[in-house]
Amino acid sequence: MAMHGTLDHLLGLELLPAEQIVEILDQADKFKEINQRKIKKVPTLRGLTVINFFAENSTRTRMSFEIAGKRLSADTVNFSASGSSFAKGETLLDTAKNLAAMHPDIIILRHAMTGAPHFLAKHVDAAIVNAGDGAHEHPTQALLDMMTIREHKGRLKGLVVAIVGDITNSRVARSNIFGMTKLGVEVRVCGPATMLPIGIERLGVEVFHDIDRAVTGADVVMMLRIQKERTSDPLFPNDREYSRFFGLNARRLALAKQDVLVMHPGPMNRGVELASDVADGPWSVILEQVSNGVALRMAVLYLCAAQRLSE
Amino acid sequence: MVLKEKAIVMEAEAIRQALIRIADEIAAQRPEELVLVGIHTGGVPLARRLHARLREVTGVEAALGMVDITLYRDDVFVGLPQPIIGETVIPEGTLNGKQVVLVDDVLYTGRTVRAALDALIDFGRPRWVKLAVLVDRGHRELPIRADFVGVTLETTRQQSVNVQLEEVSGQDRVLLLEQA
Repeated sequence: MAMHGTLDHLLGLELLPAEQIVEILDQADKFKEINQRKIKKVPTLRGLTVINFFAENSTRTRMSFEIAGKRLSADTVNFSASGSSFAKGETLLDTAKNLAAMHPDIIILRHAMTGAPHFLAKHVDAAIVNAGDGAHEHPTQALLDMMTIREHKGRLKGLVVAIVGDITNSRVARSNIFGMTKLGVEVRVCGPATMLPIGIERLGVEVFHDIDRAVTGADVVMMLRIQKERTSDPLFPNDREYSRFFGLNARRLALAKQDVLVMHPGPMNRGVELASDVADGPWSVILEQVSNGVALRMAVLYLCAAQRLSE
Repeated sequence: MVLKEKAIVMEAEAIRQALIRIADEIAAQRPEELVLVGIHTGGVPLARRLHARLREVTGVEAALGMVDITLYRDDVFVGLPQPIIGETVIPEGTLNGKQVVLVDDVLYTGRTVRAALDALIDFGRPRWVKLAVLVDRGHRELPIRADFVGVTLETTRQQSVNVQLEEVSGQDRVLLLEQA
């Protein structure tokens, strides 16, 4: 268990206490200012090595972690699956042991397998940050979502957040459900029955099959990407039909609160889950999510470093 | 370590007089592009008071900023708990060509000021930087000195100086504490 003001790892939000979530959000708010300076760098993590180990594709998250590390003066090293020994058949444990032999302080891991970061945390002496494990969790994305909502609404408690799309395959949805319900958010999930896991209501969310009802009175609508890479069978007939029944357009958005926020973890399928006028409209905070992501990840790296260096 | 009060070093009136004198000394430098930057947390209300005094009485227009030095400390990861990082605000986002007075409540080892200087330099190249403190309690560990000082205090390393300001603690006074 990490001491106050530190994190031993960030594996997911399921087991992270509410106070620690709030602490990360509070720190992240303060890191934003650094990203607006002309010289966007502070010396805090000088001499620390951060490995970005991405065994699954990513653009935004990997760059966001890399920029976050660099702005804190850490040495960040990128390592992606393609072109690495990992692609040549090395096991996760062997790769991890080899990484550990280079004495990194923090390893950021994205992996297609649920629990891969938890496994790494047991076998490697480094702080592990989960950057997405299969369809399980993506804690930094959920934290930056909460940060963005709190920034606009001034609070999280009591807000109504509708998450719409492929809930079953979404690690973003799962992390957001874990985090937001802990902080008193009323979470609604909505999607075709083929994309809603059975028993999801046990996580404390309300289930909707009709997007109009899910969006009605919502403070935030979070649209998820249709993840074609995670499923072989089609879960819906075609893009046009999905868009008709579960896409967010201006007419549907009018059912939400007047100051509704539209969010998307990216990359979005324009015209499928999100109509262009909504994606680019005044409700959209999609690019703010990306900016906040850097500050949030700086906070996570800082808190992990605090734990290791104060030992 | 339990600390008990040994002496009241300054009461509200003494603090007021000290800040008036410091403001006058700053004004005597005839600054042109003055920026007062308070160091979190104690320096921030002091910088505000100096700013108000300069504007209202001496007619010196200054910009007001604040700096949090947590991320620049040489002991950032020594000694827990980690504080929540404070706000850094530099007017117009640049100190290029500015005349800067850095403001803090207590000057002790000089390490906080060293960190604050590093933070300031990240916002450009000031024409000069001077240091104003309410209390100088000695025991420097770096070659740093203050340009404007409210009171100089003889202390031992075992003692602690506690500056209480109305904006934070509800009253103005400076206490000298020592081990119980």
